[in-house]
Amino acid sequence: MLLIYIMGMTLVEKIFSRKCGREVQAGEVVMASVDAAMIHDITGPLAVQKFREMGGKSVFDRNRVILLFDHQIPADSIPAAENHVFLRRFAAEQKIHNDDIREGICHQVVMEKGKAGPGEIVVGADSHTCMYGASGAFATGIGSTDMGFVLKFGALYFRVPDTIRLTVKGLFPERVGAKDLILAIASDIGADGATYHALEFTGDTMARMEMAGRMTCCNMAVEMGAKVGIVPPDEVTWDYLKPRRKIDPFPLSSDKDALFAGERSYDVSNLAPQVATPHNVDQGVDVTKVAGTKVDQVFIGSCTNGRFEDLKEAAEVLGDRAFSDRVRVIVIPASRREYLKALQAGLIERFVSAGALVEAPCCGPCMGGAFGLLAPGEVSLSTSNRNFRGRQGSTDASVYLCSPATAAASALFGEITDPREV
Amino acid sequence: MRSWKFGDNIDTDAIIPGRYLVHYDPKVLASHAFEGIRDDFSKRAEEGDVIVAGRNFGCGSSREHAPLALAGAGIRVVIARSFARIFYRNAINVGLLPLVCHDSDKIADGEVVRVNVGEGFVEAGGQRYSVEPVPGFMQEIVAAGGLVEYARKIPEVKLCTALHP
Ligand code: SF4
Repeated sequence: MLLIYIMGMTLVEKIFSRKCGREVQAGEVVMASVDAAMIHDITGPLAVQKFREMGGKSVFDRNRVILLFDHQIPADSIPAAENHVFLRRFAAEQKIHNDDIREGICHQVVMEKGKAGPGEIVVGADSHTCMYGASGAFATGIGSTDMGFVLKFGALYFRVPDTIRLTVKGLFPERVGAKDLILAIASDIGADGATYHALEFTGDTMARMEMAGRMTCCNMAVEMGAKVGIVPPDEVTWDYLKPRRKIDPFPLSSDKDALFAGERSYDVSNLAPQVATPHNVDQGVDVTKVAGTKVDQVFIGSCTNGRFEDLKEAAEVLGDRAFSDRVRVIVIPASRREYLKALQAGLIERFVSAGALVEAPCCGPCMGGAFGLLAPGEVSLSTSNRNFRGRQGSTDASVYLCSPATAAASALFGEITDPREV
Repeated sequence: MRSWKFGDNIDTDAIIPGRYLVHYDPKVLASHAFEGIRDDFSKRAEEGDVIVAGRNFGCGSSREHAPLALAGAGIRVVIARSFARIFYRNAINVGLLPLVCHDSDKIADGEVVRVNVGEGFVEAGGQRYSVEPVPGFMQEIVAAGGLVEYARKIPEVKLCTALHP
């Protein structure tokens, strides 16, 4: 006897169901086609090598492959330069558009070019691919061999994840925002509290939040082990996408009676600025607990917090003042477009006048690969997403994570500083 | 066959730091594995040794350099209480076997570990601890010897077919 269960579905289940033309439930493993696939200079060469080892001759769809360099640009070593050359040749051979070193950080570029949209499945050979869930896509990070498979077949097997729904309510206090929220959530859920799950963000705070803040939240879903962080598409989403691609709005959200693996709610009305302490992202505390900690380097940038809105937040805290000469301040816009916006708004001039080093769009010190590495004993305060031991250089250095406002306030005094008090 | 014991939340930056990601040769990567965290590993790990860890092994980046670095050091099996998702898949794809074992904390550093995947247990210090089987759909990949071999064998993919979870 055939039993048909008509029950509510989560947003993520709906995305897979739309793809497959039948009801797909969490827990199922399906081979699903992807709408876009992103590779960059670090994970790309190995993906291409695997694609070839798999017998791949031409990629599944050259228009759906996003290729750019962002981690080690301009090439900081001969092996990095060789990787770039290798990928340039691959792009030419496959007639794939190559953004090379021009555009900025992969995740920001995918979003601002409108390459991820509601209901789509997007993969990237980078863990923070989960950020595109801000557009209503199911987007997840994969390894290079999986990416080789995708390049060949245009599809991958996915275990459809259960969803943990996070409902966020309230208005942010002054100088508290999306980064503080997601650091607080990470501390609450823990570094592996959402492993194999989707994190769905809802509630009136999310509805009011601009895309930049939504991206910050979704970006850090993987820091809790999640497969994707996702925000149901609404007017903010469609308005963001309209100038970027042809797409007609359609409704897409979890049903009222959908089955969630967990539900949590947060009220941001009394949230204090958060700082994740070494060496894990879930070790967040109120800024007041670590205020006064001396810092050697402040980094404002990355795919988490390198957007115009983030730079503006930092510049507002900075005002007309100068950064402390006890710290090195490195500011890196997430992309060329964000850089231009910041330039035109006079933010870059502010940072440079205040004593910051402003670099061209790239990952920069976030990954401890290209430049800005820390010496043993040094302390870094960073708006990026990871503070693992050794992430930004020496394993004897410490990395604290915070919002752009807290970073700017701290850079003024050379020590961790509450942005509400400057 | 000795165990190399690690704690919880061992991230991929610890396994292989970002500054070495320009390399793809497992041997080269292995020479920097756990650098600054546990320097004797790259010097003394031998073919067939196993890694034993706590929760959330391999969290962080999607870098496949991490399982490759371990494989390059001769590691064939990682036993942990739990794994981060991307690492788990990457490990299977490159032929490194991740085994979930709820008693991993009972295995001591340096202990001789015997792995019996077929019967689903590991042995250390005279004790037997059961390990969870790899999910059904991934067993085909393990059996093929990794995703590359699996992909070479299939002419095309059947979209939206359900596989055994
Ligand atoms: S900015 Fe950092 S987290 Fe983002 S893609 Fe680059 S290295 Fe990864």
